[in-house]
Amino acid sequence: MIKARGLARRFATKAGPVDAVRGVDIDVAEGELVGFLGPNGAGKSTTLRMLTTLLRPTAGEAVIAGHDLLSDPAGVRRNIGYVGQRTGAGQDQRVRDELEFQARFYGLGKHDARRRAADLLDRFDLAGLEERGVITLSGGQQRRLDIAMGMLHDPRLLFLDEPSTALDPQSRRHLWEHIKQLRAGGTTVFLTTHYLDEADFLSDRLLVIDHGSIVGEGSPDELKNRVSGDLVVLGTPQASLVSEKFENAVVEGEQVSFRVPNGDRTLPGLLRDLGDLGVELHSVQVHRPTLDDVFLTMTGRSLREEARAA
Amino acid sequence: MLRDTWLVFVRVMLPVLRNPVAVVFGLAQPLLYLGLFGPLLGDTGWQWFVPGLLVQMALFGTAYAGFSLLPEVRTGVMERLRVTPVSRVALLVGRVGKDVVLLVVQSLLIVLAAMLFGFRASAGEVLLGLGLVALLGVAIGSASYAVALKVKLEYVFASVLSATIVPVMLLSGVLLPMSNGPQWLYWLSRLNPLAHVVDAERSIFNSGSAVLGLVAASALVLAGVCYGVRTFHRESA
Ligand SMILES: Nc1ncnc2c1ncn2[C@@H]1O[C@H](COP(=O)(O)OP(=O)(O)OP(=O)(O)O)[C@@H](O)[C@H]1O
Ligand SMILES: [Mg+2]
Repeated sequence: MIKARGLARRFATKAGPVDAVRGVDIDVAEGELVGFLGPNGAGKSTTLRMLTTLLRPTAGEAVIAGHDLLSDPAGVRRNIGYVGQRTGAGQDQRVRDELEFQARFYGLGKHDARRRAADLLDRFDLAGLEERGVITLSGGQQRRLDIAMGMLHDPRLLFLDEPSTALDPQSRRHLWEHIKQLRAGGTTVFLTTHYLDEADFLSDRLLVIDHGSIVGEGSPDELKNRVSGDLVVLGTPQASLVSEKFENAVVEGEQVSFRVPNGDRTLPGLLRDLGDLGVELHSVQVHRPTLDDVFLTMTGRSLREEARAA
Repeated sequence: MLRDTWLVFVRVMLPVLRNPVAVVFGLAQPLLYLGLFGPLLGDTGWQWFVPGLLVQMALFGTAYAGFSLLPEVRTGVMERLRVTPVSRVALLVGRVGKDVVLLVVQSLLIVLAAMLFGFRASAGEVLLGLGLVALLGVAIGSASYAVALKVKLEYVFASVLSATIVPVMLLSGVLLPMSNGPQWLYWLSRLNPLAHVVDAERSIFNSGSAVLGLVAASALVLAGVCYGVRTFHRESA
């Protein structure tokens, strides 16, 4: 569905050239749901904008949904849907009008456009807001409208740029279910996110991008396994005794932390063993690997350090 | 492409129809000129002044059109539209169409108001005169959207506008005849295509020949639309 080779984009700015994307190869098969992960400024949006014909690559080539990106952008546009990172509904428009016009821009007739709009209003919990001005919507409502607008024409290939930003947990769940349904119906989905739980729940496969290059690829499980295990933090007066039992354990006062595979399942046995040794425990915490951990193992840098440096 | 243009046109027209305050206020300026400046030219001045006023409306009415695009570029609206299969030309022409339709309606109202003051015009003259105004509106509107896309920031766009509109207006002879001034000023105004459009607009309402002005306006339309379409076609807009 997506086959990109050496796709790159350099922006000329007054402060000198910015290499936003440095030659990425992307392959996405039909029906796949691929997550595109990376810290702020990694080049996610720039890559998406190139793949969706919005931005001309400075190098590389791609075939999207069977159409060549450079020689047949119109063919690409007809076959894809795109929900950008920034809001796409006109502030002076009404909700219903934006949906219906969007459907008609994709070639649907008046009647079909109305039916599809009503359908999606319903599915994204926007029913009752159709006569409202876009400007009066809350952030999450606007986001749901954006997403609905990207799906009106039932595209075979859907690009979503951070679709769940501004959504409350319930709406996020809703969106996830919806995306899963689309995938079950055969739609190929390519989405960017900062959230590992989202990427984890949704994606068949993840691509990790940093500084404009793909630095890792694999299923969520594969990636997490590379972060050798879950982080266990124990509070105990005998921290140094405990630390001797585990490789790479870190002691901080009365706290010792270390990584074990499948922490949730190994922990009960582990606690029993420590009890048998006479170790006294105040507290126990288990942390699943986070995006930060995945990122750390892949790039040697933490997402948070990145954020501070930026 | 016609269908696309129509859709883009209706989409931008709807908010205006729902809230026509801006259109009504757009009439305030020409009405003030009509009521407070026109009488200074005497009873015979109307035939000369009103056509110029119409051209001035075309200039001011469409040169600012680009402002409406900037918020849509800054949020993701333009991007969302550009990713649909809608023709790039339609994205521009549909918008310009809205501005020109509003311009023609406003111009018609001003012509009717001017008739109350003593301006005389036949239906045919009004039709031709508004046609010329519309051509000018298409040219300036297209260019305005393109320039707005290029400069991207409101305050830059505003200063580009005031730096171009004022000299173009002063050198077009809409307010006073250019032949009143020194030779060099007159010849300078001959280099301004808008001056020829003003002359043509006056000829139309005084049964003269409007050919040169129509040629000038058509050339402006060609230049404006080509520039606009090219800018809309360029990526990263
Ligand atoms: N129009 C532009 N001109 C110059 N630089 C740009 C432009 N657009 C993006 N960049 C730069 O390219 C890099 C990648 O930006 P991009 O928007 O693709 O990041 P991202 O991964 O989507 O980040 P985020 O998570 O913050 O959305 C950044 O350093 C950004 O500053
Ligand atoms: Mg982004």
